[in-house]
Amino acid sequence: MEPMTPPSATLDTSHQPPCLRITGDWTLAHYASLKRDSERLRTLCSNDAVADLSQLGRLDTAGASLLAELLGAERLSHCTDGLPDASRALLKTVYCSVQDYCIPVKEAERPVLLLLLERIGRAVSTVWQDTRQLLGFVGLILETLLRRAFQPHRWRLTPVVAHIEQTGLDAAPIVALLTFLVGAVVAFLGATVLAAFGATLFTVDLVAFSFLREFAVLLTAILMAGRTASAFTAQIGSMKANEEIDAIRTLGLNPMELLVVPRVLALLISLPLLTFLAMICGIVGGAVVCALSLDISPAMFLSLLQTDIGVQHFLVGLAKAPFFAFLIAAIGCLEGFKVSGSAESVGAHTTSAVVQSIFVVIVLDAVAALFFMEMGW
Amino acid sequence: MSGRETVIEARGICNRFGSQSVHENLDLDLYRGEILAVVGGSGSGKSVLLRSIIGLRRPNEGQIKVFGQDLAELREEQRSLVERRFGVLFQKGALFSSLTITENVALPLIEHAGLSRADAEHLAGVKLALAGLPISAADKYPASLSGGMIKRAALARALALDPDILFLDEPTAGLDPIGAAAFDQLILTLRDALGLSVFLITHDLDTLYTITDRVAVLSQKKVLVAGPLAEVEQADDAWIQEYFHGPRGRAAEQAAARPGQER
Repeated sequence: MEPMTPPSATLDTSHQPPCLRITGDWTLAHYASLKRDSERLRTLCSNDAVADLSQLGRLDTAGASLLAELLGAERLSHCTDGLPDASRALLKTVYCSVQDYCIPVKEAERPVLLLLLERIGRAVSTVWQDTRQLLGFVGLILETLLRRAFQPHRWRLTPVVAHIEQTGLDAAPIVALLTFLVGAVVAFLGATVLAAFGATLFTVDLVAFSFLREFAVLLTAILMAGRTASAFTAQIGSMKANEEIDAIRTLGLNPMELLVVPRVLALLISLPLLTFLAMICGIVGGAVVCALSLDISPAMFLSLLQTDIGVQHFLVGLAKAPFFAFLIAAIGCLEGFKVSGSAESVGAHTTSAVVQSIFVVIVLDAVAALFFMEMGW
Repeated sequence: MSGRETVIEARGICNRFGSQSVHENLDLDLYRGEILAVVGGSGSGKSVLLRSIIGLRRPNEGQIKVFGQDLAELREEQRSLVERRFGVLFQKGALFSSLTITENVALPLIEHAGLSRADAEHLAGVKLALAGLPISAADKYPASLSGGMIKRAALARALALDPDILFLDEPTAGLDPIGAAAFDQLILTLRDALGLSVFLITHDLDTLYTITDRVAVLSQKKVLVAGPLAEVEQADDAWIQEYFHGPRGRAAEQAAARPGQER
């Protein structure tokens, strides 16, 4: 490469008309300083000024676009004669394309308060739209389920089993470990607080009660929301981005039946099973802490469990599992269908699926807790 | 071609994937200012060759010299300096989907040329105009553009740093004939104006007949022939004869020979 000569643009006013001298290498490396110079000169130099490009060094598109803006088409076409062919062609190409390209006008800044209101409004409307879409989608799933329920020859058992394996069996270790630990923590808390009243025996009730009614199903559902809803969205979303959903439709098949129903059914089966596992592990966690730090032997733990805790608590907990399962699967699949085109969209909708399903699970659980309490169950 | 200065010199390239070998002892040169087309059947390793040259894949054997330097032996910073002189147009555009078209083009300008954001976006506008994109597309995201516009935007990004070598992977695939012809002319104009050397992978016979200076045929794991189109056409090989003298090859040749058809 030949050495770089520092570029410059100077206005020579010693003769009439004034002459604009362009020298040196007009390249990207000097863009910032050249841009400053040329903006200053553009205001100074009158329309009749001529340009002298004879000492121009190397030129690239960045420099050419600056020259085109500084000199304008008219002047540029007169003064390129002495230039090498390549530079002349470059100037001409750049000038012609810049001509039909005007810089877009930026929108004026609006007051912050207005922007804030607009964002709030948008968010509220989005929540409303999402809720409507979810309700519609739930209806669609129920309709497809009911219609297919009476056509056993169209049941798709293989994908259901495959999804049960992915969402149920594969999640069992993490669910078991997590609930075991939470069970131990609850027992510790109970032991500390109840010891002050000399009622450490009630730790057994605390652990069993909370796990059977709430913790087992809630923890499992939240784990499933994070693990399974996101997986459903990513699976269906990347199929959508790849036009596979469209291909399914054009083959005369129903994506609801092919993709959504197996996933919903699988989660409907695996979430209650995992909930049951979670109850056992949570209680075992509690029992271990009781045995180690409260001197309540496992045999005593079990007999207390039998006398104090009615079976209705187990049923109340387990009854919530299918509802959670259905909503988590529905939200996961729906967000997948909302994906449009890009990889970024898959990411955004996966996040949204997790957030929405955790939100729905907790809200529903709170409502259910109120309901069961009022009913005295 | 003045002096025939080589900008890329590949010698004895071997590329293997496990037991499957794609290239064996492949030699290829790219001269300054020429448009070299690489053709070959599907799976003949055209894209692998491209990836080897631009340094995305290290060949199992052989040496690739770019501007006289071996990329594999350079240190990180020097390597980056050489790589800035490459412009690559990937087959599907590979535009960053989280950025607008303007931001896509402005990114290398901000990162490497050290321009301010406003300057970079201004210059990005010029490059987009150069690639023939309308102003209305500048603030759009890649997901909302047509295939032809994505190709043009990707070309604008490839040209952002005024590269010396432009690599194009099937630039006209998926474009309509009018768009493809316009794209061919655009590459020709840019080559003449910017003095680019162009390494072009294509299946488009019209492109071959309209804009290429030299053609390299990739077959049987090496470059079978490389030379001006007229020479390559005459090569004594069944695949080459089928390629250039099959029904599509003849039609493209006639179209290119017909006067007044240049767009």
